[in-house]
Amino acid sequence: MYTFGDPAQWLPFTFAILMGLSILIYVVLDGFDLGVGVLFPFADDAEKDRMIASIGPFWDANETWLVLAIGIMLVAFPTAHGQILTALYLPVFLMLIGLIMRGVAFEFRVKAPAAYKDLWNNVFFAGSLLSSLSQGFMLGMYIMGLDYTWGHFAFAVLTAIFLTVGYSFIGATWVIYKTDEHLQRKAVGWAKGGIWGLVLGIGAISAATPLVSTRIFEKWFDFPQALYLAPLPILSAILVVWLWSMLQKMPRAGDRGSWHPFVLATLLWVLAFLGMAYSFYPYVVPEKLTIYDAASAPESLFIILIGTCFVLPTIIGYTILAYTVFRGKATELRYD
Amino acid sequence: MMDALILSRIQFAANISFHILFPTITIALGWVLFYFRVQFARTSDQRFMEAYMFWVKIFALSFAMGVVSGITMSFQFGTNWPGFMEIVGNVAGPLLAYEVMTAFFLEAVFLGIMLFGASRVPAWLHMTATFLVAFGTTMSAFWIIVLNSWMHTPQGFEMIDGVAHATDWWAIIFNPSMPYRFAHMMLASFLTVSFLIAGVSAFRWLIGGRTEGVRLALHTAIVAAALLIPVQILVGDMHGLNTKEYQPAKVAAMEGNWETGTGVPLVLFALPDQEARENRFEIAIPKLASFILTHDWNGKVQGLNDFVAEDGTILHPRVAPVFWSFRVMVGTGLAMLIVSWVTVGLMLRKNRNGTGRRGVDGLPKPVMYGLVAMSFSGWLATLAGWYTTEIGRQPWLVQGVMTTKEAVADVPATLVLSTLIGYLVVYAILLVAYIGVIFYLARRSNMGKSIEPAVPLRPTQKIQPAE
Ligand code: HDD
Ligand code: HEM
Ligand code: HEM
Repeated sequence: MYTFGDPAQWLPFTFAILMGLSILIYVVLDGFDLGVGVLFPFADDAEKDRMIASIGPFWDANETWLVLAIGIMLVAFPTAHGQILTALYLPVFLMLIGLIMRGVAFEFRVKAPAAYKDLWNNVFFAGSLLSSLSQGFMLGMYIMGLDYTWGHFAFAVLTAIFLTVGYSFIGATWVIYKTDEHLQRKAVGWAKGGIWGLVLGIGAISAATPLVSTRIFEKWFDFPQALYLAPLPILSAILVVWLWSMLQKMPRAGDRGSWHPFVLATLLWVLAFLGMAYSFYPYVVPEKLTIYDAASAPESLFIILIGTCFVLPTIIGYTILAYTVFRGKATELRYD
Repeated sequence: MMDALILSRIQFAANISFHILFPTITIALGWVLFYFRVQFARTSDQRFMEAYMFWVKIFALSFAMGVVSGITMSFQFGTNWPGFMEIVGNVAGPLLAYEVMTAFFLEAVFLGIMLFGASRVPAWLHMTATFLVAFGTTMSAFWIIVLNSWMHTPQGFEMIDGVAHATDWWAIIFNPSMPYRFAHMMLASFLTVSFLIAGVSAFRWLIGGRTEGVRLALHTAIVAAALLIPVQILVGDMHGLNTKEYQPAKVAAMEGNWETGTGVPLVLFALPDQEARENRFEIAIPKLASFILTHDWNGKVQGLNDFVAEDGTILHPRVAPVFWSFRVMVGTGLAMLIVSWVTVGLMLRKNRNGTGRRGVDGLPKPVMYGLVAMSFSGWLATLAGWYTTEIGRQPWLVQGVMTTKEAVADVPATLVLSTLIGYLVVYAILLVAYIGVIFYLARRSNMGKSIEPAVPLRPTQKIQPAE
């Protein structure tokens, strides 16, 4: 019967990986465009137009990864989905309001009468900031096991700030890649500032995570388990140093390597994410519910998995097509 | 203080009502744009490009509104209705997953190319992108309607330990009410867009923008409306017959019919009184309800009193909201019929000198004002239709399987209330801004530049855009 082993084992695991993958893609992709929004106040009007142009063709598809992630959690781990989202009711609401504000501001700022453009620019900034902060807050509460105590709350406020800085960092590296001249130089400055926020954020989360439970603590510090984790901090440190020295030399003649910081920043996110995933496995609600207990019926997961095998590569294919069509420096957005 | 259940229901209703406004526009407008785009490529007729360039802006705006409110919807299941997924998640889950995978990504990714890529990609790819966006919105409507219809007429599953398990996906997807609901919704979308285009074009006409593009848009829209509305009425009738078979209590509430009987009259107006279980101030046409529902003047029709249990528990939905929203929808449908046919009739009149038809130029001013007034009539009918359908299903969430009460989240009522107020404020502001900007765009395209630029679709030719 079980040709590939027990489906009650490998199906939840597969879906946990798929969900993790979508969350990771989401935080990288929407991370950079939320970050661009957070950086808005530092730019002048012409630069704002340019920054918007750099994310215009992408933001909608980027947000769809959030829908996919939440959808996978909804279908594969329904109990966890209910528990997590009801516990995070208010921050989810704030994030949604933020996403609504920035999504529509995008359109309104160029279509509404010119006198309102500043207003919509501000809405765009406020929405991006609100979404980033609430996502960071949710991350913090999640790490702390979704229990509301003052200590946990304070920690979540901290992660809210760090994630926002992290987003603006990756946003800045995106602007470095997509623009040139004055704005690009400015973005290098933003990135230099942002990288420290990111380092502090990863540091704070790494310091706090093992304290959440003895189980995670043992995973981190008990020999030989600790060896599995060791490469992550080492690689991260190398990446940070590399990024820092690279930013010192930016922008380089002939715009060489303007895309490197973005790629390195992405790698840094991936490492941080892997560390978290490794620590929390096999729990989907930290220390309360494992992926195996939360999973839906195998026959339903199966029917989704079959579709996924065909559809996911297609999605990735045409996403690459879109990024290829709009490669190079951002130019004014026009409908013709 | 209201309890969390009723507040969650109001919040869900507010969110989905706001959301559906924009899909109703984007689903059909996507196809209309594709039509304009292909016609332009085929004939090089600048009128099509002019119409395309104006409506693509409204499409982009509506799409953004649809996306952000849709993201809110996908969180609502978890925040407000966790019980829904726990009980029927095995059926609902895959349907929602297929919607995200086959529809959302398609439309979201190709939207970028459709909107901003015309000068970067070859014409065929731009047309393909436009097609895929329209196709994607239709697919997403399909999947979500499948799920919604399944909640009205569930089949193809078995209950094991109180949890639904799918047994037959074919039966789930092609459940009995799906074809009617999908057809009715697609037509609703096309009608909404037809009246929107007609209304906004009439507005531009009235303020002096008598360009070829405006003429073409108005003409196309009103002819489409006149052709589609009879089909919609027919499909609506068939939909009602289907509902009578599977959800007779809903139909009884729609008709405001309390007693089971033969030769039942059609109630045109009444104030249904649920406490007294009768209609006040009733105006009715004898035997017509029997005829419409059974196609026999003396056919037997079930009344609401059949849906009261021995112990007095009421098993039918609240009557007044279902009764009234149904009348609003049908009334709007009839208004659409009259307006579109009268307008087309006027356009078909011969010119004074006997050569050709008068077309759009022959429309008197009051007709133009009438069209402007009807701009958002599709929204009204669509919302009223959904209210009929959804309130008519109560107290069930999934007909006969689970009640709405079983699904609600254990969240404090104050929290639901405060977020509800938050949503409502944001939605009210956005709605005003949205409608304002549509008419602003209409006015601006008239200001001094009555003809929008002839837009080259080859990257070699550069012409300055209108802005
Ligand atoms: C009949 C059509 C219809 C109905 C009943 C619904 N939707 Fe919808 N939805 C669409 C038709 C649509 C669409 C046409 O496909 C949209 C509108 C604009 C757009 O971008 O896609 C969309 C967008 C949209 C998005 C954003 C997709 C993206 O990122 O591109 C989400 C997450 C949802 N919807 C979710 C829902 C949920 C959870 C619903 C029910 C509870 C729902 N929709 C009802
Ligand atoms: C898009 C058009 C839709 C509109 C305008 C709409 C409107 C409504 C309204 C007004 C209610 C409240 C009924 C009441 O409580 O008295 C409701 C209930 C509900 N609908 Fe829909 N609906 C739509 C589509 C859908 C779809 C596609 C789904 C599921 C996939 C859905 C799922 C539900 C659920 C879960 C409830 C129960 C919660 C409640 O009673 O408020 N609806 N809907
Ligand atoms: C004038 C004749 C019409 C008739 C007889 C009619 C009939 C119906 C019926 C019986 C339902 C309830 C289905 C159920 O029981 O679940 C319904 C729902 C609905 N109607 Fe209509 N309708 C008409 C016109 C319109 C128009 C003009 C629109 C929009 C432009 C519209 C949009 C809707 C929508 C969106 C729904 C909810 C979705 C659904 O269940 O299909 N209807 N209609």
